[in-house]
Amino acid sequence: MTTYLFYFLSFLAIMFALMVVLSKNPIHSVLYLVLTFFAIAGHYVLLNAQFLAAVHIIVYAGAIMVLFLFVIMLLNLNKETEPHKSLWLKGMAAVASGSLLVVLVGSLKNAGQMQAAAPYNGSIGLIENLGQTLFHEFLLPFEVASILLLGAMVGAVMLGKKSIK
Amino acid sequence: MTLQSLLIYKGIMVLAVFAITLLVATYSTYAERKIAAFLQDRIGPDRAGPFGILQPLADAVKMFMKEEMIPSVSNKALFILGPSIAMLTACLTGVVIPWGKSLWIGGTEYPLQITDLNIGILYLFGVISLGVYGIMIGGWASNNKYSLLGGIRASSQMISYEVAMGLSIIALVMTTGSLSLREIAAQQSGWHWNVVYQPLGCLIFIICAFAETNRAPFDLPECETELVGGYHTEYSSMKLGFFLFAEYINMFISSAVISTFYFGGYNMPFIGRWVHDPNWLAVLGIVFLFVKISFFIFFFMWVRWTLPRFRYDQLMNLGWKILIPLSILNIVITGFVMYFTGSLN
Repeated sequence: MTTYLFYFLSFLAIMFALMVVLSKNPIHSVLYLVLTFFAIAGHYVLLNAQFLAAVHIIVYAGAIMVLFLFVIMLLNLNKETEPHKSLWLKGMAAVASGSLLVVLVGSLKNAGQMQAAAPYNGSIGLIENLGQTLFHEFLLPFEVASILLLGAMVGAVMLGKKSIK
Repeated sequence: MTLQSLLIYKGIMVLAVFAITLLVATYSTYAERKIAAFLQDRIGPDRAGPFGILQPLADAVKMFMKEEMIPSVSNKALFILGPSIAMLTACLTGVVIPWGKSLWIGGTEYPLQITDLNIGILYLFGVISLGVYGIMIGGWASNNKYSLLGGIRASSQMISYEVAMGLSIIALVMTTGSLSLREIAAQQSGWHWNVVYQPLGCLIFIICAFAETNRAPFDLPECETELVGGYHTEYSSMKLGFFLFAEYINMFISSAVISTFYFGGYNMPFIGRWVHDPNWLAVLGIVFLFVKISFFIFFFMWVRWTLPRFRYDQLMNLGWKILIPLSILNIVITGFVMYFTGSLN
């Protein structure tokens, strides 16, 4: 049952991710990306990581993608104003991403079966265990990461200000 | 409980919650018009049935019968998707709300809640944050400047107030120590209502609930004087009906969430002295919850017909410069009080 669900969700995630790249309209791309996030949140639920799934939806689908949509709507991108890239640039982009694909496939080919270092704990994704781990074992990295985010936020506010007194 | 009876019971619960949500939302439209009339010294709708009680039916028939228009330059699929998402996200939130205590039938427990997620609050929050998509997609797909401005206003307003709402909930989670709505409702038996412990958080949450449902004084997205009809300017027939109806469903669910979070949910003080049968207590709990919900729906309408609309910069100032610092202060105060009273384990 879970295996079928896994394959179904993976199929959805990959299909929506392809649609993000293939759709002509940037608004459609954003909406497909939201659907991709939903499929990935489904994977988290399959792993019994409910907190991660909920936060994934709230942060990515609920906040970040709304801001993306917001900016794209304000820019009002359409055919006439679309910047045209030269053929040379497109060719170079294809070569560059093609070589990246070769590297990725090559590294995947050599990848062996990983052995889990510790026995897998199925309830680690539940919010209580996650909180215990975050605030006891990994307290310092957690706080450092939050200070990093705060710094980025203050920087964004400074850049957004029209005049600095 | 066998799988079969579980499925039947869950099916009945889903249908009942869905039907009650739609019924309450339908009659909220009637109540809104009657309360508006009362506050403006008018009579209000009184033609259809006694006291105009059939007015919502007449409105629904009108909505369905009207000609449906899809602007030729709009994006047709997204134009239809907009109101559908608004309606879907409005209906999704009723799933985690505990409508009462458990019923005991033949020694089996039947909780009056569709599902008790241990991340219930986060689920609610996720669904609320998705609600903005319906308005944004609808506003953009109309291909109309007023609609687009309305949609953008709605989204920026909802994102801004979501932050303060989340921060006020964090203080609530600190005192209750749980993210499950069933647990939060059960903790508030007697007079232990969370509004007593979290008065500031409760106030911030209610203000944010007004903003999230796009109700006056936060109804800038559909501000008639500047934006015609806002994001639903181009909509007609039942698609418009869906947008308007979703607002009433959101109002009902917000009232239920406010009652459950801060005003005791299905609990009522002193009721345990007279009623001892658990089934009667459960039924009475539903009644008490709906009394509280009705009061908050009335409160929503009362405010709408009393206060004028904010200006846009006032709205943003209130959200970012007043509510967010206040809710952070609330978290800090809650932390200090919990530390010094020793309720931290």
